Amino acid sequence: MAERANVVFVDGARTPFARAGSLYAETRADDLIVKVMRELLRRNPNLPPEHIDDVAIAATSQTGDQGMNIGRSASLLAGLPNTVPGYSIDRWCAGAMTAVTTLSSAIMAGAYDLALAGGVEHMTHHPMGEGMDPNPRYLSEKIVDPEAMAMGMTAENLHDRFPHLTKERADAFALGSQEKTAKAYANGLIQPDLVPVTARSAELGSVLVSVDEAPRPGTTLEGLASLKTPFRPHGRVSAGNASGLSDGATAALLANEGVADQLGLTKKMRMVGFAFAGVEPEVMGVGPVPSTEKALARAGLSIKDIDLFEVNEAFAVQVLAFLDHFGIDDDDPRVNPMGGAIAVGHPLASSGIRLMSNLAADFTVNPGAKYGITTMCIGLGMGGTVIWENISGSNA
Amino acid sequence: MSESAQAVVVNIPDEVVTQSRVRYFELPLGAGTMALITLDNGKDHTRPSTFGPAGLASLNTALDEIAARTDIAAVGITGKPFIFAVGADLSAMSIVNDPRIIAAFGKLGHDVMRRFGEFSVPTFAFVNGAAMGGGMELALHCNYRTVSADAAALSLPEVFLGLIPGWGGAWLLPNLVGPKNALEVIINNSMSQNKQMKPKQAVELGVMDVMFAPADFLEQSILWAAKILTGLVNIDRAPVDRDTWDAVVDAARTQVDARVHGATRAPYLALDLVAAAKTSTRSEGFDAEDVALTDLVMSDPLRASLYSFDLVQKRAKRPAGAPDKTLARPVKKVGIVGAGLMASQLALLFARQLKVPVVMTDLDQERVDKGVGYAHAELDKMLGKGRLSQDKCNRLKALITGTTDKADFSDADFVIEAVFEELAVKKTVFAQLEEVVRPDCILATNTSSLSVTDMAADLEYPERVVGFHFFNPVALMPLLEIARAERTDDASLATAFAVGKGLKKSCVLVADRPAFVVNRLLNRFLGEIIACVDEGASFADADAAVHAMGLPMEPFVLVQMVGPAVAQHVAQTLNGHFPDRFHASEKMGQLVAAGLPGVWLWDQAGNKTVDPRVAEIFGDSPSTMTPDQIRDRALTAVAQEAQIMLDEGVVAQAQDLDLCMILGAGWPFWLGGITPYLDREGYSNPRFLQQGVASVPA
Repeated sequence: MAERANVVFVDGARTPFARAGSLYAETRADDLIVKVMRELLRRNPNLPPEHIDDVAIAATSQTGDQGMNIGRSASLLAGLPNTVPGYSIDRWCAGAMTAVTTLSSAIMAGAYDLALAGGVEHMTHHPMGEGMDPNPRYLSEKIVDPEAMAMGMTAENLHDRFPHLTKERADAFALGSQEKTAKAYANGLIQPDLVPVTARSAELGSVLVSVDEAPRPGTTLEGLASLKTPFRPHGRVSAGNASGLSDGATAALLANEGVADQLGLTKKMRMVGFAFAGVEPEVMGVGPVPSTEKALARAGLSIKDIDLFEVNEAFAVQVLAFLDHFGIDDDDPRVNPMGGAIAVGHPLASSGIRLMSNLAADFTVNPGAKYGITTMCIGLGMGGTVIWENISGSNA
Repeated sequence: MSESAQAVVVNIPDEVVTQSRVRYFELPLGAGTMALITLDNGKDHTRPSTFGPAGLASLNTALDEIAARTDIAAVGITGKPFIFAVGADLSAMSIVNDPRIIAAFGKLGHDVMRRFGEFSVPTFAFVNGAAMGGGMELALHCNYRTVSADAAALSLPEVFLGLIPGWGGAWLLPNLVGPKNALEVIINNSMSQNKQMKPKQAVELGVMDVMFAPADFLEQSILWAAKILTGLVNIDRAPVDRDTWDAVVDAARTQVDARVHGATRAPYLALDLVAAAKTSTRSEGFDAEDVALTDLVMSDPLRASLYSFDLVQKRAKRPAGAPDKTLARPVKKVGIVGAGLMASQLALLFARQLKVPVVMTDLDQERVDKGVGYAHAELDKMLGKGRLSQDKCNRLKALITGTTDKADFSDADFVIEAVFEELAVKKTVFAQLEEVVRPDCILATNTSSLSVTDMAADLEYPERVVGFHFFNPVALMPLLEIARAERTDDASLATAFAVGKGLKKSCVLVADRPAFVVNRLLNRFLGEIIACVDEGASFADADAAVHAMGLPMEPFVLVQMVGPAVAQHVAQTLNGHFPDRFHASEKMGQLVAAGLPGVWLWDQAGNKTVDPRVAEIFGDSPSTMTPDQIRDRALTAVAQEAQIMLDEGVVAQAQDLDLCMILGAGWPFWLGGITPYLDREGYSNPRFLQQGVASVPA
C-alpha cells in the first residue's frame, strides 16, 4: 500500500435507538442527528469546529427530514460554522460506514485533517422501500431477483444456501445477542456512547430517552421458537432473530493522526484498511465474506490476526454465514461482545458507526486485542468491512 | 384547593384547554426520577397555550398525580414547540361581571401555581419559548428556571394591559431579583410599548438562571437539573437588598407619576404590591394580588384596555370595509413625487418593506440628489448599527433612485405624491403623472387635510386615486388611513390596502372627509384647548388638563413638537371646512408669524416656562379656568365631533375611531382610544358603545 496518512477514530456517539413508530415517531430525523453531532463536539472540546474539513451524513431515504442534503443541512442546524461544508451519502445499510471510509480516504490522501461522519435513519418517517421505482429490466433481464427487494427473503435464501445454518442456530445466536446486550448495559459499557435525547409526543408530552428501547432482556429460546416467520410459511427468519425496524442516528469524529496528536484529541483506534464487495442481490447477507477477504488481503492480514469482530446483525443467519465461512464458533466471545442489532435495532444508514463505537469499547475491555473489524451486509448484494487497530492497548 | 376557590364556578365557554401531560424518566448522573409536565393546548404555535379554569385544573391534577408518588426526585415543566405558556385566557375576563368569579379565578391560579414553589422536591421550569404573564409567573413559582436562547417573548405584560401580575408575579419577582429589576420588568417594560425581555436579558436580570441553545435546549436543561440535584452545579442568587427597597419603589412611583399622572391605576397597584412584598408573606402577597386583580378587572378602564388590545390585535389586521383582496393589482415599481423629508422617508419605507424599485422625482436634480442621498444615508446608518448586512444595504440602495423626468414612472404600478399641501399643486402633479403612467397605475396622495375627490376631479382615470395618509415618523407609526374618494374603484382600493399591508401598517378605511380621523379628532380637541387659552386659561392649566387622561403628550408640548406653523396650517384648513366647530387661534397665528418655535422654554432640569415673547402675544392675565374645566370643554367637543364623524360615515364604526386614536395618536389603552372614555365619563348621548363592549357588562 502506498504511503499515506493515518486515520484515527477520535470518538463516536449515537442516540438511543427507538422502535419504529414509537418514541421518536414525532421527532424529526434531522433533529436526531443534530443532537448527536452537538454532543460529540461538546465531548471533544479540543476539536475546533471550524477546522472540520467536511461533514458526510448518510441516510437511505434522502427526502423530507432526511433530505435537503442532510450533510449540509444538519451541519447548519447543529451550529457548525457555515464555512464547514457537508454532503450526503447513501449505501443503504452501510451509509455511515461509507461516510467514515470516504472521509477517511480524503484524510489518508492528505486532503483533510478533520472530518465528521454520521448516519441517520428514521424508519417511522421513511419506511423501507419508500419511493422505490425499480427498473423493469430488473425482471425482464433477470438482473435482480424480485426476492432481493425484501431483505427478510434474502435471509431465508441464505438459510437455503447453507442448510446447516438452521433456525435453531439462528435463534440461539439471537438469544446470545439479547443476553450480551443486557450484560453490557449492566456493566455500563453501552451508556457512554449514548446521547440522551428528548422526544415529544403531542398526546403524551415530552420524555428523555436515555437507553435503547428495543432490547428484550427476558428473551428465551422457547419464546423465539414460537415466533411467526413472516417471509415464508414455516420459514426460519422471525422478528426474534432479525434486527427490528428502528429510528436513530450516529456520528463519529475522524482525524489525521498527527493532527489529533497536535490538538490533544483522544484516539480510540486507528484505521488499517477497508473494502466493499458485491454478491448476488438475493443473498445480500453473505456480502461481508468477500468484503472481509478483500480488506484482509489488502492489509496483509489474515482472519487469525483479528481479535474482535463487530458484525452487524441484520439477520442472525447472515452473521452465522460469516462466522461459518471463517471457521469461527457461533458463540465465540470475540464476536459482538456487547450484543448487536438483533437486540438494539438497526436504523439502516446509521448502524455502521454504532459498530465502530462498540469496537472501540471492546478494545478498552480487551486491551490485549490488536486488530478488530467492523463489517456489515448491504441490500442489493454487498458487504463492507473496515479493519481497525487498537491504539491504547497493550499490543499497540 | 381551598373551599372558597370552589365556591364560585369559574367557567370559560369554548376554553382552548391547555393540558398538562406528565411523563417520568430517569435523570442523567443518577439524579433520580423526574416527572416532566408538558403544557400543550393541542394547537400550533400561532395559538399559544393559555390558562383558563380547565387548564389550571389539568395542571392541578398532574401535580396531584406526581405528589402521590414517592420515587420522584424533581418536577420539571416545559411547553409545546416555541411556547411555554402565555398566561391567563383573557377571553374570559371581558364577559365576566361578577367580582366573585374574578376573585375565584385569581385564587385558583394562585392555589395551583404556588404548589410549584412549595413542592416536596425541587421544581424546574424549562422555558422553551414564549412565557408571558401567567406563563412567566408559573416559571417564577418554580425553584429553578432555564430559558432557550430563542424564546421569543418573555414578559409580565399585565400593566401594559391595565392589570397587575396576579398569579404570584408581583410578590415572587421582587423577592427573587429585588425590587429594581422586578420593576424594570413589571413597570418599565410594560409601559414601554410592552417591551419583551431577550433571553439573555432575562438571565442578566436574574429572572432566569441559565440559558441554553435551542438545538438541544431540553436535553441540556434536564442535564443541568441533574447537576443541580447532585450538587455539581450551584446557583448563587444575589441576596435581595431590603434596605433600599422602599426608596427604589418610591423612585419608580415618581417616574410613573410623571408619565401617567394617576390616569391609570394598574402601575400604582403594581407598585403597592411590590412595596408590600418587602415584608409580606407569600400568602399575604398572593391574597393582595387577588384583591388588586379583582378590583382592576371589575373596573371600566381595564375593560377598555382589553377592548383596545383586541382592536389592535384583530381589527387592525382585518380592516373594516376593505374590498376583496383578490382584486388587488400587483405593485412591482413605486414612484414618489417630491424628494423632501417626507418623500425620502416614504422611499425608505417602500424599498425596505416592498423590496421593489422606488423612483423619486422633484423639480431639479439638486433636490432629487438630496432626497435620494437622505435615504441612502439612512441605510448606511442601519448598516453601521448592524441592522442591515452589506448585501441588503446594497440591494436597498440600488432600489432607491431619483430622476427629474416623470417619464421614468411609465412602468410604475403605484405613485404617491408628497408635495406641498396645496390643492392646485397636487392637481397639477396628478395631471402631469397621468400623461406618463398606465391607466391602472394607482395615484396616491399623502395629503392630511385636502379633498382627495377634488384632487382626482379633472383626471381621465379618477378611479385610481386614493388617499394614503401616514403619520410621522412614517417608519415607526403603525397607522395608515386609506381614504376612498368619490370615484375610487374597488380594485384600486384593494391595491392600496395590499400595499399598506405590505408596508406592515395597520390600515383603516376612511371616507374622503377633511383630515380623515386622527387629525380631525385631535384638532377638535386641541382647538378647544387653545380656545380656552385664548379666553384666558393659562398654558400650564391647559397642559395639565390632559393629565387625568394620561395622554402621551401635553397639548402645547405636542404643538411644539409638530411645529406651530404646521399645527396652525391644519387648524386653519379645518376651520375653513367647519368654522363653527374648529377653532383657529389668531394669537397662535401671531406666534407663527413671529417665527417662535412654540410656547415653552425648557431649562436644564427639564422645567418649562412660557417663552416671554409668547406671554406678550397672549397677555398675562390670571387663569380663568381650571384644568378640569378645560378638559370638560375639550371632551365635550370631541364627543360631538366623534358623533358627527360617525353620522357622516367617516369610518364604519366607533371602533375604527378608537383604533385610529390608539395607533395614530398614541392615546392610551385605558381610554379605549376615545369613545369608551367618553361613554364612561358621561360625554356621549347616546353611548358610542353598548355597555359591556368596552366596559363592565351590566
